[in-house]
Amino acid sequence: MAKPPDTSIGWTWPGGTSNLRPMTDTIGKRWHDMGGQDAGPVPMDSHDFALWEKRVDALMVLCGAEGLFTVDGLRRALEDMGEEAFEKYSYYERWIAATNQNLIEAGAYTLEELGARMQEIRARGASYGEANDG
Amino acid sequence: MAEFVRVKSMMPPGHVRTPAYLRGKRGQIERALGSFFNPEQLAYGHKGETRDLYRVRFTMTEIWGDKAENPDDTVDAEIYAHWLDWEGENHAS
Repeated sequence: MAKPPDTSIGWTWPGGTSNLRPMTDTIGKRWHDMGGQDAGPVPMDSHDFALWEKRVDALMVLCGAEGLFTVDGLRRALEDMGEEAFEKYSYYERWIAATNQNLIEAGAYTLEELGARMQEIRARGASYGEANDG
Repeated sequence: MAEFVRVKSMMPPGHVRTPAYLRGKRGQIERALGSFFNPEQLAYGHKGETRDLYRVRFTMTEIWGDKAENPDDTVDAEIYAHWLDWEGENHAS
């Protein structure tokens, strides 16, 4: 069940909870602005990163160096994905989606090119190794 | 001399770097940090012009009122000048 908005720390808005989509939530704070909310326990387990996750990270760095977008654009796209995406997808799944959003906006490639390339790579095989070696 | 500011309480939709829990709150300028491109514009692929960034110090009492566990503790936040209203004399920002 969704928690009621915490009005004890200074923000109130007419009607209480907003169910509007991220870019149109003109009343109240946005979902990702969590400062001051109850956080629950902090997971302390560490884990290694998969190769594809490292590549997503590297891609973001390279795109920044190329001037295609900045970390601000990455964050903006992550925020616009909404809270559901935060629950549903892993960290680097959200990063690659946000990177793609920014690259499309920057004109680095078209959706047509992306679609064709995805199809081509998928045709190489089901495993990451097969897809990688094409 | 201590400079006091109040964080604007506006709530524009979109990417901003001013946390909601500080909006409308009064703090003291801890230091000026320099000028940087505005992340609110960079986030949408625009460079715009640089803005002055400040480190602002808030007391727990100011932020949480009676709920503050340690009222005299402080939190510092880095906030752009366009989110701040200066108290007293006009500030050239």
